[in-house]
Amino acid sequence: MDVKTGFFYVFSLVLLFAAFRVITARNPVHAVLYLMLSFSQASAIWLLLKAEFLAITLVLVYLGAVMVLFLFVVMMLDIKIDSLKQSFWKHFPLGATLGAIVVLEMSAVLLSGFKVSESPNPLLVLGQAQELSNTKELGKLLYTQYVYPIQVAAVILLVAMIAAIALTLRERKDTKAIDASLQVRVRAADRLQVLSMEPTRPAQTPSTSPEPAPASAAPEVKS
Amino acid sequence: MTLTLGHFLTLGAMLFAVAVVGIFLNRKNLIVLLMAVELMLLAVNMNFVAFSHYLGDMHGQVFVFFILTVAAAESAIGLAILVLLFRNKSNINVDELHSLRG
Amino acid sequence: MSSTLSVTSLLVVPLAPLVGSLAAGVLGTSLGGNIIGRRLCHSVTILGVLISFLISALTLYQVAFEGARLNETLYTWMVVGDLKMEIGFLIDGLTAMMMCVVTFVSLMVHIYTIGYMEEDEGYNRFFAYISLFTFSMLMLVMSNNFLQLFFGWEAVGLVSYLLIGFWFNKPTAIFANMKAFLVNRVGDFGFILGIGLIAAYAGTLNYTETFEQTSELAKLAFPGTEWMLVTVVCICLFIGAMGKSAQFPLHVWLPDSMEGPTPISALIHAATMVTAGIFMVARMSPLFELSETALSFIMVVGSITALFMGFLGIIQNDIKRVVAYSTLSQLGYMTVALGASAYSVAVFHLMTHAFFKALLFLAAGSVIIGMHHNQDIRWMGAVRKHMPITWITSLLGSLALIGTPLFSGFYSKDSIIEAVLESHLWGSGFASFAVLAGVFVTAFYSFRMYFLVFHGQERYDQNPDAHHHDAQHGHHDAHQTKPHESPWVVTLPLVLLAIPSVLIGYFTIGPMLFGDFFKDAIFVDGAKHHAMHELAAAFHGPWAMAVHALSTWPFWLALAGVACAYYLYMVHTSLPHQIAKVLRPIEVVLENKYFMDWFNENILARGARMLGMGLWKGGDQALIDGAVVNGSWKLVGKLAALVRNFQTGFLYHYALSMILGIVVLMSVFVTWPTLSDWLNR
Repeated sequence: MDVKTGFFYVFSLVLLFAAFRVITARNPVHAVLYLMLSFSQASAIWLLLKAEFLAITLVLVYLGAVMVLFLFVVMMLDIKIDSLKQSFWKHFPLGATLGAIVVLEMSAVLLSGFKVSESPNPLLVLGQAQELSNTKELGKLLYTQYVYPIQVAAVILLVAMIAAIALTLRERKDTKAIDASLQVRVRAADRLQVLSMEPTRPAQTPSTSPEPAPASAAPEVKS
Repeated sequence: MTLTLGHFLTLGAMLFAVAVVGIFLNRKNLIVLLMAVELMLLAVNMNFVAFSHYLGDMHGQVFVFFILTVAAAESAIGLAILVLLFRNKSNINVDELHSLRG
Repeated sequence: MSSTLSVTSLLVVPLAPLVGSLAAGVLGTSLGGNIIGRRLCHSVTILGVLISFLISALTLYQVAFEGARLNETLYTWMVVGDLKMEIGFLIDGLTAMMMCVVTFVSLMVHIYTIGYMEEDEGYNRFFAYISLFTFSMLMLVMSNNFLQLFFGWEAVGLVSYLLIGFWFNKPTAIFANMKAFLVNRVGDFGFILGIGLIAAYAGTLNYTETFEQTSELAKLAFPGTEWMLVTVVCICLFIGAMGKSAQFPLHVWLPDSMEGPTPISALIHAATMVTAGIFMVARMSPLFELSETALSFIMVVGSITALFMGFLGIIQNDIKRVVAYSTLSQLGYMTVALGASAYSVAVFHLMTHAFFKALLFLAAGSVIIGMHHNQDIRWMGAVRKHMPITWITSLLGSLALIGTPLFSGFYSKDSIIEAVLESHLWGSGFASFAVLAGVFVTAFYSFRMYFLVFHGQERYDQNPDAHHHDAQHGHHDAHQTKPHESPWVVTLPLVLLAIPSVLIGYFTIGPMLFGDFFKDAIFVDGAKHHAMHELAAAFHGPWAMAVHALSTWPFWLALAGVACAYYLYMVHTSLPHQIAKVLRPIEVVLENKYFMDWFNENILARGARMLGMGLWKGGDQALIDGAVVNGSWKLVGKLAALVRNFQTGFLYHYALSMILGIVVLMSVFVTWPTLSDWLNR
């Protein structure tokens, strides 16, 4: 067993443990933190696979942005930490069985079909003699063949941003800002109401009825 | 023993299974649900990168790039929905989200 | 073929009554606005029928004495493949004779109706109907193909329905006309099967073309059985005749048809419509001669009718019913003659019977008018003193009916009896017994009626129902309840019908039965059925036949019948009642008309109604509405309710189902090689 293999086993064990703890943690903050741990292990594994750009991207984007976002939300929401143990452990045998089946079958499918070399040499495949930079290779591919998909990806991100804002934006209720379009659309009938009344009325005792005040609509003009 | 493609694929499979079990068993916490989704995506990415390395094809990594993009977008929107849900129902209990039952 | 008949004048024969009928029916009723009055109505219709009669008489003269014949198609209505549907005329001896009989009796009835229906509101409608009937019957007899025959057949059935139910506010009349129509329908079903078979196997509906193919048709067997095709065809056609000519068991409608006014009983149910069946069988003689089975069947059915309907005539108290059962019995005689292959004899009896039966019906009608619409013969008696013309003509008609020598009925009936005695078909033994016994029975009931109505004591006041009538009119003097002779419009037809009832037999038996009159109209296979041959050998002229009759059974049986009737109803008048008490069971059976009406109403009709109800409740409501229409949406609803349970709304349920789906798919994928081997083994 060489160093690489050893590192792989260490990283994958931690990864799997962290993943398990994500779904079984009581405290959601802990869960998020365990998720961050699992992503970092995954990043390390990818470094072993010589995919440096993606490994660093994982750290920057996922750990740096997405997980932080998770943490924000978890901390912002006043989540009651209640026991999820009962309902969880009740169904755990079934879940574990299903999971085991999934694993075995996926492995059977995936392992049976591919005859590949132990560790292929990317140099041979790419046909170049010098030291290659993963980033450079990725860049070469992205900006030539995948230019259009990148633009689409950019639009997806834009859409996500607009959607998130549109969903959660709340207005303050105590602002005095005027909606101009509402102001312009006012009708006279909404502001003024004219009544006709008799000029004289029989006298009434002051105790029983108050003097009738001339009725007029109170102009409710927003200042 | 040397590392083969099989190791990575098995790892990916196990990670996926854990995430699936997590979705299935989780009844109380919507955030954990979203996190399990992220784990599933991670498992898939793992597979892609492994294949890219062992087949010597860069296209796998390009695909991971895009998956990352989409995953980020999806988690942003998912969390926004979660926030709205919390505003309306004051809890994020998955058990109580059955108003769409037939 | 020395002289030819004119198609145009022949066309006038059926069309003249039709025009009269339409004029009276449309312009004389509220349909056309009641434009013309009664006198014009009856004048137009009588004129139409008179024209028809004159042309028919001329035609008969030309056919009989100048040998004229005609077989022409006037109009092709439709051609379906090879089958042509036409309107055409076939004029030979048979047709000419029928035309004369129909138009003459119709003319008599038209004149009679002026007097009989004088007080009726539907006067114009009645004339329209009887003229329409005349048109239909003429189309039937003049036809040269099965389709026109069937048209006439159905049309006379329709007009019969309209006329029986003429007083449509009477429930019994409506019951009777429905009964007549439905029973006729049963017969028509057989008839149309027969026509269909002919169309299928002979490929044509024309008479002459069918008769040309008889030798080929005789070789065919009915598919799927060992029966001869012609046997089946003939039996089917005869079933139609059974319905129309009221043979047992489809006779049940005729007594009930007496609900209609008396003129139509005379016209339709004595002289013309009911004889359509006899005419049809005679016309189809080339076909019937090929099948001994069918002829036996005809003979047996006819003899049953002849005898058993006679028995029923003995106990009837309604004057019209007696004559109705007499008609049934005589139709049976005609049918027996057809079975014995003596077609010309049957048709001869048809002609003589038309005259004396119409006479008897019209005389009965005259008596009914005279008795102020009382029809029960128990409360009549000694009418001869008050209605002499009616009396004499009735006597002549009755004598003709029972077969008194020299009267026309004698010649035809005795010829029938001799023909049956000569026949060797299966069933001819019973038929011989039936026709001989029938002579006694006929004489008995005829003269029972005669004595009770015209002789004896006056019993008008004894009618329990009449007192009711009197009370309404107030107590007038006794003269009011006494009958008086009917007006000349009523008695003239009686006299005019009495003449041929007496004379026509004597003069026409020679040429009709043993001469060339029916030479090419009726075909008899002389080798197999030699009854006519024997008759011809024994015939030495009408006078000799009359003298010879004094030494034959029928004469003495008839005389015995008259004597018994005289004894029981004139001399020892309490005896019938005592006999009835002793023979009570037989009396019950006779009164219930052999329980046939009970059977029809309670078993057949009720069965049909129950079937309809069952199909409605079970088939329509439960099955189609319930199971199919309602059931389909209920099923959909139930399935939807079942499927709805899958939509729990719980996220983890959905996730579980997704995962289970994935697991299953993966399992299949992994184990596919072994799975496909297992499936394909």
